[in-house]
Formats: sequence, structure tokens, C-alpha cells
Amino acid sequence: MAGLGETLGRAAAWPFTLVARAVDPPLRVWQRWTGTGGMAAVFLAPNLAIFGVFVLIPLVLNFVYSMTGGTGILLDQRPFIGMEQYGRLLECEDYTRRITCREDQFWTAVTNTTGFVIFQVTLMVVVSLITALILNRNIRGRGFFRAVFFFPVLLSPVVVGLIWRWILQREGLLNLIAVNLGLEPEIWLNDRFYAFAATIGVSTWAHMGFYTLILLAGLQAIPRDLYEAAEMDATPPARVFWRITLPLLGPNFAVVLVLALIRSVQIFDEVYVLTGGGPGTSTLYLTQYIYEVGFASILRNPGLAAAASILMGAVLVVLTLLQLRLSRRAEGRRAR
Amino acid sequence: MKFTMTSFAALAVAGFGSVAFAQDRTEIRVMWYSDGIEGEIMQDLLDRFEESHPEIDVVLDNVAYQVIQEQLPIQLASGQGPDIARVTNLKEQAEHWLDLREYVEDPAYWETNFGDRFDWMRPDGSDAIPGFMTQLTLTGGFANKTLFEQAGVEMPGEGATWDDWIAASKEVMESQQLPAAFAIDRSGHRISAGTASYGANYIGDDGMPAPIDDGTMSFATKLVEWTEEGLMLPEVWVSAAGTTYRAATDDFINAQIPFYYSGSWLIANLSTKIGDAFDWVAIGTPCGTEACAGLAGGAGLVGIKYTQHPEEVAVVMDYLASEEVLREFTERTLFLPAHKGVVEAGGLNFQTDDPNVAPALEKFIAASGESSPLTDALPAWKWGNAYYGTLVTRISQVMAGEISLDEARSMMDQDIADQVGTASQ
Repeated sequence: MAGLGETLGRAAAWPFTLVARAVDPPLRVWQRWTGTGGMAAVFLAPNLAIFGVFVLIPLVLNFVYSMTGGTGILLDQRPFIGMEQYGRLLECEDYTRRITCREDQFWTAVTNTTGFVIFQVTLMVVVSLITALILNRNIRGRGFFRAVFFFPVLLSPVVVGLIWRWILQREGLLNLIAVNLGLEPEIWLNDRFYAFAATIGVSTWAHMGFYTLILLAGLQAIPRDLYEAAEMDATPPARVFWRITLPLLGPNFAVVLVLALIRSVQIFDEVYVLTGGGPGTSTLYLTQYIYEVGFASILRNPGLAAAASILMGAVLVVLTLLQLRLSRRAEGRRAR
Repeated sequence: MKFTMTSFAALAVAGFGSVAFAQDRTEIRVMWYSDGIEGEIMQDLLDRFEESHPEIDVVLDNVAYQVIQEQLPIQLASGQGPDIARVTNLKEQAEHWLDLREYVEDPAYWETNFGDRFDWMRPDGSDAIPGFMTQLTLTGGFANKTLFEQAGVEMPGEGATWDDWIAASKEVMESQQLPAAFAIDRSGHRISAGTASYGANYIGDDGMPAPIDDGTMSFATKLVEWTEEGLMLPEVWVSAAGTTYRAATDDFINAQIPFYYSGSWLIANLSTKIGDAFDWVAIGTPCGTEACAGLAGGAGLVGIKYTQHPEEVAVVMDYLASEEVLREFTERTLFLPAHKGVVEAGGLNFQTDDPNVAPALEKFIAASGESSPLTDALPAWKWGNAYYGTLVTRISQVMAGEISLDEARSMMDQDIADQVGTASQ
């Protein structure tokens, strides 16, 4: 039986062996010529090419577009106007009153997104951590619950938005339950507060499984003997959490924070389907603003949309670097 | 073995033969959206076309209306797109339409039967033949007759105003415990019939957008008040941001509102989905202080100038624009005809058993005789969408309590100026 497995393994590996033998001589020549540093470049080249084509070039193009005007799509149809689009986005008579800004909807989107990020990331991290802590315990049906919490991650954001829209709309499930309990039905998505809360809750529900998984992996990597030692010393559970679990979860926490933050700033699809940015503009977030300006309006303004996306990207980079620096500093303190 | 080799050879010959045949056929792609059942009918018509024109393979790409509104313009702006498309934003994108004049069999036939509306779909001053209107549309209202009867409320008659209709619908709403009295689609095009009724003028003397006037603000104020009073279904306007289009068709079909303002293109859809659940009637456009006119429009089928096969596109267009084919299309889709010959010949045999349909069509045909300066001019005006977009965005914000009507007015002027500025760069 082992012989059969070996034969099958060789058969499966045969094409790869063939390719490896074919590329071996030229790679040896290359290594002799450039040294091991050159080999690293060879192996990185495919990834760099993909990154260049799908990330770097579009990024540069986006920046170029942000300095052009008109409604045309092709660059040769678009006049160069310098930083005018940025000026238009940032022009306000009174920065404390959004409606005095020339692009008031941009500022509305910035304000809404800031609020969303603060509440959603906080909620996401807290809920994911609690869920991971529970799922890390030896509870009955642990595997089932892990699957249940992860399941929404597999759903398309559009499906998530539609499911919750059906739950929250006037004739939705929530109102059906409310009416059966003798309560007054509510048009949840027409209320500014509820709609805002719904976008936070729904996006947290949809993505927490992923972050829970990262934190769970971190929890399981914490050596058991630390907990056993704490137990022998009769350390209270809260102290164990603050002094052992949380510090050792640090690297995973940093990953969760950065990913949740980026995802949160980029929020679009679930919210677009769920609330369409309403009521009014109370759930209009930055990505929807960019989409509306660049694509959805009949008289599109790709340059303005590009400028807004560059500003959003810059903020994201700053936030990510800040977060990484803070978490590294915290790690350094712990190491000392 | 011999059998296998022979079979393989035969298959190969057949395969190569079919490839060669397929290569001889010119593929024409049509981007098409449907409000109701017209996609199926168009497919049937095109299947028959292919039988008589084996050299042309017409592929009907059925897409959502949003694709026509949001993705097609991007394709066109980058010099790509289908060979033929069904479009509603005809004037703004006129630069992308193929001039069929030198390709169609008889340009005079096109001029005679469709010439009245060519200016809706070609640049100002052009004599191009860009395509034809598959149907004319007119904005207008629908009322749930059964709900009015159940409530014991008499439907307002000829010459009734917006206020009359809202007041009567309010009685029905209260009597039947409905969520709202009425709804109007979240669309600048739709509410422009209302603003025109109150004497709005969007077009300046120089043909450029005029500042927002009192006529526009009169109707906008009414819409806001009706929303604040809980008479207008809030889900349609308030629950969205930006220029997002939202219709209230499902709410009318589900008998949630007694009065719904949309347009003639819904007749087939209402007939199919409502069936005999309740009786409904078309009511035209209620009157304001100045007019009672709906806003004309429609969908046009246009050739795209980036096509590699303009001759074949013209052959397909000649077929679809023929009187016989358009008559059948009109009778089966329950659309208002846009072909002069079809209209003049009359005697259209609309294919439906629904007793609500014929009176509705007659009502819209009669209503198309009503006009106002603005509704007459808007279909061929380049800057209509600059107005429509900001009307929707800003009035929604007022309804949501974010800004006041006065603020909205100055913001609308600024939005329009910005859009004109961008488009003129």
C-alpha cells in the first residue's frame, strides 16, 4: 500500500520535477552571475509584477487623474488642472459647519466614516475577543459554534446587506416580532441613530468571525504552563486576563486592529445595500461618496473621486503606521 | 481503431466546418434593459431576424437598468461598448451614437417616422440618425381604485390638483390604515413634472441652466411637507443618499399606497404583477398652479459609434425600426408607440386580457396632449441631468432634516454650477 502511495506521489510530482529540471540550469547561471541577492529578485519578480500591475500603476494613475478635470475617462480627454480637485474638496467657509463647504457631502462622509471607524472597530475588537475567549474554553459544541461565528464571513457583502434589510425594513422580521409582542413597529432604517447603529452592527456581525479566528489562534499559542502557574498561585481570573492573556495576544491584536481599521474605513458594499447612505446622508461613508462622484452620477467627476480616494488612502497609511508603531512600542516594553 | 479514427476525422471536419460557419457570421451585441416583459419580446423578434439573416448573430445582453446608467457611460467614454444599446440618457451621451444615415436602407423612412425625436438623441445642430425610440413614455400617476372604493373616498376627477390627490389619498390611508398616502419615485425626472406644474423653469435664455426658481421650490416645499406629515412613503426618498434611484412600484403593487406617481412604462409590469388582486387606474399628472403636464421621455435604441460592424448594425436597426416589427413590439409590450406610421395607422391590438390596461394606455395617450414649456423642452435639453441629480440629493437631505429649504436652494445652484463647470473643462 505504501508502494502505491509512493508511486502516486511521484506521478503527481512528475510535472513539477520536469519544470524544476528545465529551469535549474538557467537559474544556476543567474545565481553565479548575480549572487544570492539576485536569486531573491528572481523569486520576488512575479509577485512584484502582479503588485505593480494591479496596485502600483493604478495608484499612480489615480494620482494623475486627481490632477485632471472634465468628465472624460481617457487621460487624453482630461485637461491638467493641478491641485484644483483637492482645493475643491477642502474648501470651506467655516470648518465647523459642513454645509458651508463646497463639497459638503465629502465632509459629511468624512465625519460619518470617522464615527463609524471609532465605534465599529472598538465593537469589532471587543466582540471578537470575547467570542474568541469563549470559543477557547472547553465548552460543549465548540466546533459547531466556531463554524457558526465564521459562517457570515463566507457570505457575499451584498447578501449580508439584503438579509439585514429584510430584517429591518418596515415589513421585516424585526417588526413582525415587535408587533407580536404588542410593540409599535419602527421604520428602523429611516431613523438616523438606528440606521447608523445598524451599519455598525451588521458589518461587525459579518466580519467578526475572521477576527475571532485570528485571536483564537493567538490564544491557543499561549503556553498552558503560564495559566497553570497562575492557577497554583490562586491568581484571580481578571488578573490572569490582564497580565497573561492580553499581553501575549499583543501581536494578534495588532493584526486585528490594523485589518479592522482598514476594512472599516473602506466600508461600502453592505452599507450601500442596507441603507444606500440614508436616511439623508447619515450613513454616507467615504467609499460610497467616491463611488457616487466617480461612477454613479450621470455627470461624473472622476478627478474629484480620485482626489478623495487619494486623501482617504493617505489617512489610511498614516493610521496604519501609527498603529503599527504603537503596537511595536508596546511589544518592546513587554520584552523589557 | 479504424472506426475511432474515422469518427474523429468526421468530428474534426464537422468541428472545423462549424467554426468556419461561425466565423462567417458577424456578431452584433445589444445591451438591453427591461422594465417589464420587453426583453423576452425583443429576443423573440431577434430570433426571427436571425432566421432571415443567417449571416448576422445578434446577442441580446439583458442587463439591469443600473448597468445602463452606471457602466455603459464608462465603456462609452473609453471608446468601447456594445454595438447597439437601449438607453434613456440619450442627449447627454449623444456624442457616442453612430450616425446611421449612410448605412440604413432608407433615411427618408427614418426621418418621417422618428424624425420628431431625433433632437432628443443627437448633439444640438446635428442632422444625424442615431437610432429610434423603442417607446415613448410619459410620467404620470396610478391610483389603487379598489382601495379608494373600500375607503369610500371618491377619486379626484379631471383637473384635480396635487393637493386634491394627496388629500384624497390621505383619507384612504387613514381609513385603510396604510403606511403612507402616496409615493413618487426618487428621481429628478419624475419630480420635474411636479415642478413644471408649478411653473418651474430650468433653462436660461442662453440654453444653460437657470438658477433654481420659485416654481421648483414650491413643489419641493410640498414634497418636504408631505413627507414630514407622514403622507409620502419615507423609504423611497429619505432612506437613501446621493442620486440613488428608488422606485415605489413594489409598494403600489403590494397595495401599501393608494396613489403612486411614476410613468407609463410601468403598465405592463403592473398588469403582470397585480393581476386581478385589485383594480388600478392611470390618472395622468395632477395639476399645479401653472400646468398639468407629465414629462415625456422614453428609451431609445441607438447604434454605438465604436462598433466594428456599422453595416450590420444598420441591418439590425432597419429590421427593428420597421413598422411591422415596431407595431408587434408595441402591441406585446403595452408601450406607447413612438413610430409615426404606427400612431397614425391606429388600431393597435394590445395583447392583454387585463381590463385595467386599455384605459390606462388611453389615459396616457390623452395626457400626452397636455404640455408646459418646461416639459416640452426638457427631453432635448443637454443639462437636464445636472438638475435632476441635485434635486434628488438636496430635497432628500431636507426631508431627512439635515438642511433647510433655503440652504438646499443655494446648494442646488452651487451643485449645478459645479457640474456645468466640470463638464465644460
